[in-house]
Parts: sequence; structure tokens; C-alpha cells
Amino acid sequence: MSFEKFGKMSYVSETKIADFVKYLEKGKIMATRCRRCGQLYFPPRDDCPNDLSTDMKWEELSGRCKLLTYTTAHFAPTGFQEDLPYTLALAHCEEGVNVYARLNKDVNENEIHIGLNLRLTPLRLPNGRITYELKKAQV
Amino acid sequence: MSYHVQEKCAMRVAVVGVGQTPFSRSCGVSIRELCFEAFKDSLEGLNLTPKEIEASIICSAPEYDRQRSPAGLIAEYLGLNPQPTFYAESICSSSSTGVKVAYSFIKSCLHDVVAVIGFQKMSEISSAEVQERMGRGADIQWESPFGTMMPAGYAMFARAHMQKYGTTEEQLAKVKVKSGKYSLLNPKAMYRRAVTLEECLKARVIASPLKMFDCCANADGASCIILASEEKAKKITDTPVWVVGIGAACDTQSTTGRTNLTGLNCAIEAGKQAYKMAQVTPKDVDVAEVHDCFTIAEIMAYENLGFCKPSEGGKLIEESQTYIGGKIPVNIDGGLLSKGHPIGATGGSQIRTIVLQLQGRAGKTQVDGAEVGLVHNIGGVGLYGNVTILRR
Repeated sequence: MSFEKFGKMSYVSETKIADFVKYLEKGKIMATRCRRCGQLYFPPRDDCPNDLSTDMKWEELSGRCKLLTYTTAHFAPTGFQEDLPYTLALAHCEEGVNVYARLNKDVNENEIHIGLNLRLTPLRLPNGRITYELKKAQV
Repeated sequence: MSYHVQEKCAMRVAVVGVGQTPFSRSCGVSIRELCFEAFKDSLEGLNLTPKEIEASIICSAPEYDRQRSPAGLIAEYLGLNPQPTFYAESICSSSSTGVKVAYSFIKSCLHDVVAVIGFQKMSEISSAEVQERMGRGADIQWESPFGTMMPAGYAMFARAHMQKYGTTEEQLAKVKVKSGKYSLLNPKAMYRRAVTLEECLKARVIASPLKMFDCCANADGASCIILASEEKAKKITDTPVWVVGIGAACDTQSTTGRTNLTGLNCAIEAGKQAYKMAQVTPKDVDVAEVHDCFTIAEIMAYENLGFCKPSEGGKLIEESQTYIGGKIPVNIDGGLLSKGHPIGATGGSQIRTIVLQLQGRAGKTQVDGAEVGLVHNIGGVGLYGNVTILRR
């Protein structure tokens, strides 16, 4: 199972955490946790630098997070121009990890503010690709 | 520690020569010719021939090079065979990294005289190729797939800084206004033009809140720094400038790994190391060059280097304290914002500016009696931090 269908454009095809995409297709956004030291990782990783362990387990994130910072891009690298303008965001998940993703265009620009409650959700893209995005949390 | 080692440690290392080409949008010459010009400029007035240079370190960001392994090509063109040469890279801070390595070579008594040549010919590849590479500076597995690029990275710091500290778009623009003013006095700057606050605020948005004049531009250019041991330095020049502090650090490549969104941890850490080694405090710095790839980067640098408290960077530029005559003149050569940013050449250009200041050769921008100068050179979005402190 390859990782290359992750994101609008992917630069990485082989990785030990390729199952992340399988879970994503089932609607689950997964982190990894080191069984030895208990550290939670997102983005997920299969190797723990704390104790050099590769004994990791998958753990689902609730998706509940808060906006840490953001920017609306008006210029883009090759392959992303047709999406402009789009908002890139960094959010803090309730489990204590951070996530980098786009903010759904349904969030009005005037309601975007740091601290906004968001929900991290899987997003299907054309051509069988898949990613995740940040949406406004339902009140 | 043996007496012998102590003696080695006490030996000082100097910058003896500095050179730079004009920075331009498209230089119209090859990379070897570009480097030759900076090399020749650095040797002017020195009692030194190329044969006496014992090693060279060539610095650039390889994604912009057509030539594979440019070090060999450039060393040959500069007449630096058969002395050893190799390539050093930390993106935008490559030539500061080169200077750190040169310092270590000299301090370890491996070589007495080392040349650090930084260059970038960003016009060497097409705009389409540049666009393609732009997206790959971030974590390619987890962040590039969302369409990120350098301005977006710094824009996220700007947004967080504005939210936490009340920094304004006007304050960001004032960094560019200062840059424009001093660019008129730097014949080697790419953009030599004063810019008004209004022009800055009205410019098109690149990545909100950063607008066109908040961003530096790609450029072609080369720089050369020649370093020597104390004994040799005194024979080569009457005005050696001593390297008294060097600090370097790195932060996470990923945005998700950052613990600080209102400052650059790598710069804070590199600054601490450099101040400690130089036995000086921020108050002792008479003139500084900081990595203003974006206006927010200069404001964060003020805070991260201790020129003001965290949160007060916006106020420092608002009060014009970083102009000549202010508390601490910063980027009075126009900075990256006006000079242009030929990636591999930038650190060397910053060091050149400070060396000229400390030698009293800075012309119309000379800071009277400047004794201690500082260079802050960052690779990536706060990825590689380098701080160098120089003393006359």
C-alpha cells in the first residue's frame, strides 16, 4: 500500500506509516504512540527518537482542535495554482499534537481568528486522492 | 588541558577580506564568472595571492544550480587548485555555515587562510522550475502536499505575532521603508528605491498579512569572505576584523514541530551561544545585519537577539530605533528586502557589510566608532539559525 495518494500532490510514495492512508479512507485520522515511552506523534511516525523504539501503535485523533495561526496564500507552487486563494493553517489538537492543513473555504475570512474551534476531517480529492482539512467545529 | 592546546585556543581568527558582486535580477554571466568577481573584490588591497589561500569552501543552495558539485568548478576558475575545496549548504545561511567551518579549520591549525565563496544564480532556472522547487522547502511528506511555500511560512509567524503582541501591518511596512531609504546608499543593492508606507500597505497580498513589499526577491549574486589565523592576518592586512562569537542551531523542519510561533528558536539559541562566546551582551552591539527575508523576520530578529524585549519589536521600528542614530542600527545596507536574496551569497554579503563598518569603510552609512557588529543569518523558515559576532 503506497502513500502517494495522500494530498493534492505527493512527493513521498514509500513510508512505513502508509497505513495512515488506509485509515483515512475509512474516515479515521490516526496518530502513533510509542508503546515504550508513551509519546504521541502526529504526523504519525514509526520510529521514536526518545528511546529508538519502533514499537508503535495507531491511535485515532478526536479531530477536535483550535487554530494556532494561519495565512491565506495568493501565490502557489506548481500544481496548486488552480486552488488559489487558499488558507493554510496550523491547529492544536486536544490530544496535544499539532496539525498542518488547509482551512475549508466554508469558513468565512472575517470569522477566522486564532483560537477558533476547528474539526480535523478526512477529505476526498479528485482522481482517488485523499487528504484531511480543518473545518469549523459544529456548535 | 595541555599548554599546547591552550595556546591554540587562544589564537584569534580574523576576517581579512570581504567582497561582493552587485546583486541583480539577472546577472548575464556564468556562476564561475560571478564568483570570480566577488573573489577579486575580496582580495583588493590585501597582501595575499590566491596561491596562499589554503582551502576554499563554496556555498549555495543546490536546487538552483545546474552544475553538479559546483565547488570543483569554482575552485578551478579562481585558481585554487590543488588546495582542497568542498561544498557547504544550509539554504539561505549557507555562507555563514561556510564561515563557521573556515573558522574551525583555522582554529584547529589545519589551515591558516581559507576563502568562503557564496553564490546563487537564481535566474539560471526558469520561473516554472522555481515555482516547482518553492513547494519543496517544507516537510515534503506532511506539509508540501497542502501547497505551502516560504512566504506562507513566515506569514504564519506574522499572524501569530500580530495576535499575541499587537504588532501591526504598518509596523511591518516600516521595516521596508527603512530598507528602501538605505538601499539608495548601497550601489550593490538590486532595488535602489525609497518606498512609502502607503505603497507598502497598498501592495498586492502574497500570503496574508504579507504583501509584496514585505517580501525579499530572488536575485543573482556572489560574496567572498577570506579568513586567516592571527599571525597571518596581521601580515595580510592592517585592519583585521576578529571573529569573536559564533552560534548555530536548528529547529524542526515541520511547522507542526514548532513550540514558538512568535519567534525563531534557532535564532534565540544561536544568539545565546554567540554572545556567550564573544563575552558581550546585546547592548554592546553597535551595528547589526539581520535576516530580513520578510519584514516580520526583522521584527522577530530584534526580539530574538535581545535588541528589545519579546513583544516590543514592532515598537522598536515604530520609534526608528534601528535607523542610524537609534539604539541599534540594523540592516543599514538595505537588507535582503532591498539588496535581493541570492541564497548562497547572502550570509557573506551580511558579513561584508559588518566588516566594512568595523573597518570604518562603510561610507555614507558609517556608524561612528562601531566596534562590535553582529550578523544574524537564517536558513529556511527559522530552520537553520546562525549568529556571528565580529569585533575590530
